[in-house]
Amino acid sequence: MSKLLTPLVLGAAMALAACGEKPQSAGHASGLTKHDAKASQGAQNGFVASGWTPGDDTSWQTQLRTRAQQGQNEYTRSAAVPSSK
Amino acid sequence: MARMKFICDTERCIECNGCATACKAEHDIPWGVNRRRVVTLNDGVPGEKTISVACMHCSDAPCMAVCPVDCFYRTDEGVVLHDKDVCIGCGYCSYACPFGAPQFPTNGTFGLRGKMDKCTFCSGGPEANGSQAEYEKYGRNRLSEGKLPACAEMCSTKALLAGDGDVVADIFRQRVLVRGKGSEVWGWGTAYGKPTAGNKPEGGKA
Repeated sequence: MSKLLTPLVLGAAMALAACGEKPQSAGHASGLTKHDAKASQGAQNGFVASGWTPGDDTSWQTQLRTRAQQGQNEYTRSAAVPSSK
Repeated sequence: MARMKFICDTERCIECNGCATACKAEHDIPWGVNRRRVVTLNDGVPGEKTISVACMHCSDAPCMAVCPVDCFYRTDEGVVLHDKDVCIGCGYCSYACPFGAPQFPTNGTFGLRGKMDKCTFCSGGPEANGSQAEYEKYGRNRLSEGKLPACAEMCSTKALLAGDGDVVADIFRQRVLVRGKGSEVWGWGTAYGKPTAGNKPEGGKA
């Protein structure tokens, strides 16, 4: 009986060996990478600009649009007429 | 939904390197790593152009495609970031990137190549927004502070524009119109050349 059982147990152990393996991929497929919070959630420091509400996505988008227009577009401050060329 | 993009106005860039300096200072970037560089095309030739280059946060990023450990991810704002805890420093991304954006610190023991570092569009990494852990690995997270990238905000001539792609495109388009130009300085033909146009500049290479 034991002569029959031993190969059976060994065979079952070999067949099931892979079931105990841990995933070896390190990237997103493995689920090991951390989840990044949205920028509109705000920062955990005292440098957050005023004028918007952390956690409000629409408020954050408006803040960045306003900042881009006021900080990078001179034509919002001084009108410029496109030349007729 | 905002989709963050950079654009550099070569008519305005004066090669002051203020953007590269602002980036270095804001994120405490070590020696040997330059997340942003100022490149001069046809240096010394009349009509030379200067452009500020960093990660362009590609919509179909080749670095993401080649990474063997899949450490890259794209945020909801369209910013391509990576997880330094997963990066193995293999360098595949630097070979794949057409802009030379991925950088590797090489000043460790025996000049070993460290984990990849690149422009984050001032939006940190996967650690908690604005945390000390995030700052030490990736630098400041200005987007979560309601600010735009330091390089663009510090640009003295506002040559370097950053922000929502629609907004920066509108600003640049208005500049082009004010200069009395049109589609000849805007779009595909300008970026990649027209079949009939001779695109070689006058003079020899520097």
